[in-house]
Amino acid sequence: MDSITARLHLEWPGFTLDVDERLPGRGVTALFGHSGSGKTTLLRCIAGLERPREGRVSFQGEVWQDAHTWVPTHRRPLGYVFQEASLFPHLTVQGNLRFGQRRAAGSRTGLEQAVELLGIGPLLGRKPDRLSGGERQRVGIARALAVNPRILLMDEPLAALDHQRKQEILPYLERLHDTLSIPVLYVSHAPDEVARLADHLVVMDAGRVLASGPLQETLARLDLPIRLGEDAGVVLEGRIAERDARWHLLRVECAGASLWVRDTGAAIDHPVRVRILARDVSISLTHAEGTSIVNSLQAKVVALGEDSHPALALVRLQVGTDAGAATVIARVTHRSADHLGLAPALAVWIQIKAVAVL
Amino acid sequence: MPLSDSDLQSIWLTLRLATVVTTILLFLGTPVAWWLARTRSRWKGPIGAVVALPLVLPPSVLGFYLLVAMGPHGPVGQLTQALGLGLLPFTFWGLVVASVFYSLPFMVQPVQNAFEAIGDRPLEVAATLRASPLDAFFSVALPLAAPGFLTAGILTFAHTVGEFGVVLMIGGNIPGVTRVASVQIYDHVEAMEYSDAHRLAAILLIFSFLVLLALYLWRPNPKNT
Repeated sequence: MDSITARLHLEWPGFTLDVDERLPGRGVTALFGHSGSGKTTLLRCIAGLERPREGRVSFQGEVWQDAHTWVPTHRRPLGYVFQEASLFPHLTVQGNLRFGQRRAAGSRTGLEQAVELLGIGPLLGRKPDRLSGGERQRVGIARALAVNPRILLMDEPLAALDHQRKQEILPYLERLHDTLSIPVLYVSHAPDEVARLADHLVVMDAGRVLASGPLQETLARLDLPIRLGEDAGVVLEGRIAERDARWHLLRVECAGASLWVRDTGAAIDHPVRVRILARDVSISLTHAEGTSIVNSLQAKVVALGEDSHPALALVRLQVGTDAGAATVIARVTHRSADHLGLAPALAVWIQIKAVAVL
Repeated sequence: MPLSDSDLQSIWLTLRLATVVTTILLFLGTPVAWWLARTRSRWKGPIGAVVALPLVLPPSVLGFYLLVAMGPHGPVGQLTQALGLGLLPFTFWGLVVASVFYSLPFMVQPVQNAFEAIGDRPLEVAATLRASPLDAFFSVALPLAAPGFLTAGILTFAHTVGEFGVVLMIGGNIPGVTRVASVQIYDHVEAMEYSDAHRLAAILLIFSFLVLLALYLWRPNPKNT
């Protein structure tokens, strides 16, 4: 009852969207795929900005669209962030924020919280053309929040920004993730954003859903990484357990694994996400001595799968005990897999060359 | 040399006609422009062409058809008679109706262009911010199209001031009722009163130039928007 269901069929010249999905009613759900995969179209259908002839969309038990019902966009209790901030150029920042808040009868405190959350207080009197790209997008997000939505839809809010602006906004998005109680649908084609922000992952391709599930499980599947190419990898959640001041390292305690990472300045006990790419994981049968690799863990082979190139294989490994286990994916050559005799249940050591703290 | 009373009367009549026509067209032309800018109907082409007709049609042709339609046996004429309004040709309001048709493209096209330039996005944004389509039209589309309205209003006004052929066909030459400035000039020339014609012609020339100058000076630079 607390979820979003979307059963949609839409045909355009050269593109068909065919989706029957149930999305969680909480946390951040990433709709991930390459351009043309239909992720933005799906989001627009949920918002009512596209009207497929056949379809059913419901939100928390309310039907927004079916054969007899059509709730127009302006009556759906949602907030929408567009790829370009699309602020109204004839209004100030304050005017933009108030536009939706007044019509939605959103509270003043809701607006003030949004202003506070996105740090745009000093910009309120300015016109949109006096803002930087990053500032514009922050105003766009605050404007969507000021209507007091029950769900937030975000269509690649960072895609139009350069790397630096992106880094400037990501912390705000993380704050949203931590503070918002409403579900968020987040469309993105950037694996790093997804790894950092999402709780639930929906992978789309050619108008269909390839996979849908909790982020960590879905990333750890062997049939999907092929689609992710160089970005194949897993995300682990943990907390900062220890600081090594001398070497500027932090120890992150995840379920089943303990990893040393560069000191990011995070406080002890702070929850943290780390990302391990398949290409950064190597496998050996014995514990390697005399190596520069810091993170070396005992693991058990779970499964082997094909990778995008015929020379490469993906190996799914379990680290830690059954009580607290984590899944890691390694990318090795088929030749190495054959030489090592990799097979399910084989005990091995893995070396992790890089662990990214998200 | 001061203007004669009949010259002043014709100028006053011209300004009154242009003001009334521009006002009517603001209300009449805006929905047409909005429809033409937003529709995906197959009627867009034909309707757009009809609106643009006065741009290429000889005013006498347009005036002739309007005269027939508004005449005692025309459909419009029968309607106005049935409503107790009498016949429109050779009255001020007949001129207004004719001028509304004649100046329609000058209102519709700039406004339509302005609406088209806005695109779908701001209206989609408005919808996600709880604005109904009507609300979005007034609170987003109209303010964003304001420069287009300014252009359209000035062009419509100026074009109505410069009308001649349609006026002659529909209004004839009745002092104080249908004798506008352009017709007055024609009369002066017919009567060989060249100096009177010069004065009035110069006023219209300067007026037209100032109007166009204002338009070019005020037109916002697209690079800044």
